[in-house]
Amino acid sequence: MSSIDVMRPGRLLHDGRVRGWLAQAGIALGVVGLVWFFVDNAGENLARSGVATGFDFMGARSGVDIDFKLIQYGPDSSYGRLLLVGIANTLFVSFFGILLATVLGFAVGIGRLSGNWLLAGFSTIYVEAVRNVPLLLFVLLWYYLVIRGLPAPRQSIDLAGMGFVNNRGIFLPSPTDPSPFQAVIVALAVGVAATWLLRRWARSRQDATGQPFPTVLAGVGLVAGLPLAAALVAATMTAWNWPALSRFGVRGGTTVIPEFLALLAALGTYTAAFIAEIVRGGILSVTRGQREAAAALGLNRRQILRLVVLPQAMRVIIPPLTSQYVNLIKNSSYAAVIAYPEIVSVFVGSALNNTGRAVEIIAITLAIYLAINVSVSLLMNWYDARTRMVGR
Amino acid sequence: MTTASGQTPPLVARSGPWRWVRTRLFRGPVDTAITLACLYLLWLVVPPLLDWLVLSARWMGESRDACTEGGACWVFIRVRFDQFMYGFYPEAERWRVNLAGLLVAALVVLLFLPPFRAKKAVAIGLLAVAIPGIVLLLSGGVLGLRPVETRDWGGLMVTVFMALYGAILAVPVSLLLALGRQSKLPVVRVLSIVYVEFWRGVPIIAIIFLASNLLPLIVPAGVTVDKLARALIGLALVISAYMAEVIRGGLLAIPKGQYEAARSLGLGYWTGTTFIILPQAIRIVIPSLVNEFIALFKNTTLVLIVSLFDLLGMIQSALTDPKWVGLNLEGYVFAGVVFWIVCFAMSRWSQRLELRLARRPN
Repeated sequence: MSSIDVMRPGRLLHDGRVRGWLAQAGIALGVVGLVWFFVDNAGENLARSGVATGFDFMGARSGVDIDFKLIQYGPDSSYGRLLLVGIANTLFVSFFGILLATVLGFAVGIGRLSGNWLLAGFSTIYVEAVRNVPLLLFVLLWYYLVIRGLPAPRQSIDLAGMGFVNNRGIFLPSPTDPSPFQAVIVALAVGVAATWLLRRWARSRQDATGQPFPTVLAGVGLVAGLPLAAALVAATMTAWNWPALSRFGVRGGTTVIPEFLALLAALGTYTAAFIAEIVRGGILSVTRGQREAAAALGLNRRQILRLVVLPQAMRVIIPPLTSQYVNLIKNSSYAAVIAYPEIVSVFVGSALNNTGRAVEIIAITLAIYLAINVSVSLLMNWYDARTRMVGR
Repeated sequence: MTTASGQTPPLVARSGPWRWVRTRLFRGPVDTAITLACLYLLWLVVPPLLDWLVLSARWMGESRDACTEGGACWVFIRVRFDQFMYGFYPEAERWRVNLAGLLVAALVVLLFLPPFRAKKAVAIGLLAVAIPGIVLLLSGGVLGLRPVETRDWGGLMVTVFMALYGAILAVPVSLLLALGRQSKLPVVRVLSIVYVEFWRGVPIIAIIFLASNLLPLIVPAGVTVDKLARALIGLALVISAYMAEVIRGGLLAIPKGQYEAARSLGLGYWTGTTFIILPQAIRIVIPSLVNEFIALFKNTTLVLIVSLFDLLGMIQSALTDPKWVGLNLEGYVFAGVVFWIVCFAMSRWSQRLELRLARRPN
């Protein structure tokens, strides 16, 4: 019973804490050993095959041409620049994909709860049909439909003199000097900041006087309206490069490639089915008693939905909704199959083929996706902490 | 209200089809508009689809010459059917694939059989035979079986093989990871968290590229890793991280009293976990594990990016044949139907399990 007993070496192994430390040391050693083994092998294999290593290739001329880019880029640009083109394209298609998936998903999710038998049935069929099919099949199917569905260049559809649509893409006028459009980003920031201030002011006024203020409407107006106005002003400040039909297709202007349309449609319609289920679950999670209590307080149907049901449903909806958004961003890598130039397809595809630096290129790619993921989960934790129900 | 004679119309039970139509389809102007729009959509979609799928479609014949414009050319699927199932597996050896399929089917049937006394023993015995047995049967080189290299494997057989063995590799790993993330030992916990969050944070397509490019690099010189095995390991890495999170959810749902009870009975960590905690936790999460398996089954299609030919890959490659080029829709509809049937059946099954679990008094 005395402490001397414990100190005897035989007993030491029966002490849970000692065994815990030993186990941890063993596992740590095992993992380090395994990693060392892999790294050592990789070093040897690379040295033997004579492949150069290091990140110096990032500054070298890529020689890869990209047919869809949002930033200045040409075959003479570096691999670093190529990566930036890929990141911009990933974020671009993800942004519009998230918009499309959210709108469609909410519509279908609410549709499934509709009292209308046909609408509910349609929504259910949509969800069940889409969820049980691989996304890759969806991407291939949409790509085929887009290419087949759009007319050949000779039969291009004229967009009221503004541009053309055919199976090579959508051709639109482009500004000769894009610099005035930087004002759009500034306007967006101003809009967000103004909305935040407005909300604070509206809240304090409502607390003081009880008068509500249509913050949401005003916020949408500010966030969407200011950048739109800035874009319109910028559009008048620059000359435009108009697309024109020629014998070899369309010349000039800017092109939205069909791969973008196909990927956007596939990501949007696929993710929408998952979002629909989340929305349905969220609305169903608000108990009947909540509606009845709100009705007893004299709120009308619209107020019940807006002030009681939706806020509570959103708390349930938003966490899984964000993970669907993250999934959509990750799934934009399916573009590698149809050659839409996003991160995986330009970097793990073209750059890896050209340089052969598999380790470096894959490490960079994974790091980018991890960074996107970490930022989303930080945002999520912040939101979670803000909206958590205060326990009594 | 009851005394007011003639004030309120009598409460007649209004039922029957007419009432159903009125309340479920034409309740008000908005509802009526929605119904009409839906009917219009049906009229727009269904007749041409039916025409393409069935009425104008052609089944018989040996080439696309037998097909008509405006109808589906199922001749393509019929002629290539064997390839879509077996890939380039030698025709004389296809009985081996069928036998392996039979083993899988036996396991599935066993799963649905009502419980009997020896069920557990039979299941374990069958698994112990099937897990190494199917690999040996398919790859050959033992017992006088002709070796068939994995580059000749293809079609639905590869899809099913990838999904099954991906799960078999992933489940034990995910169990350990889930326990590790709950562990009191900081090193174990941190390692588990890093593993899970890393693989969950990156796209599967990038991981398949990673597995097929980096695995040959990190093994000792002279050792080769089969291409199919690389993709399989890549898939298993990802799915194990997702499954670990599902199992962790089950562990979190076990009341603290269960842990304490195990402790107070004198059970150590491993005995308590194996006999008290895990059986309960896994029972809770089986439906979600089935959903993860569905995701894995769908994701096996991604192996086509490293030129392995699963069902979809086989169809894609058949479409590059000049004889069948342009019949994408037929191929995609076929692949879609196969995947849909399997995934829908599994998801229905997992929903039924969920209901049964909810009814069981715990």
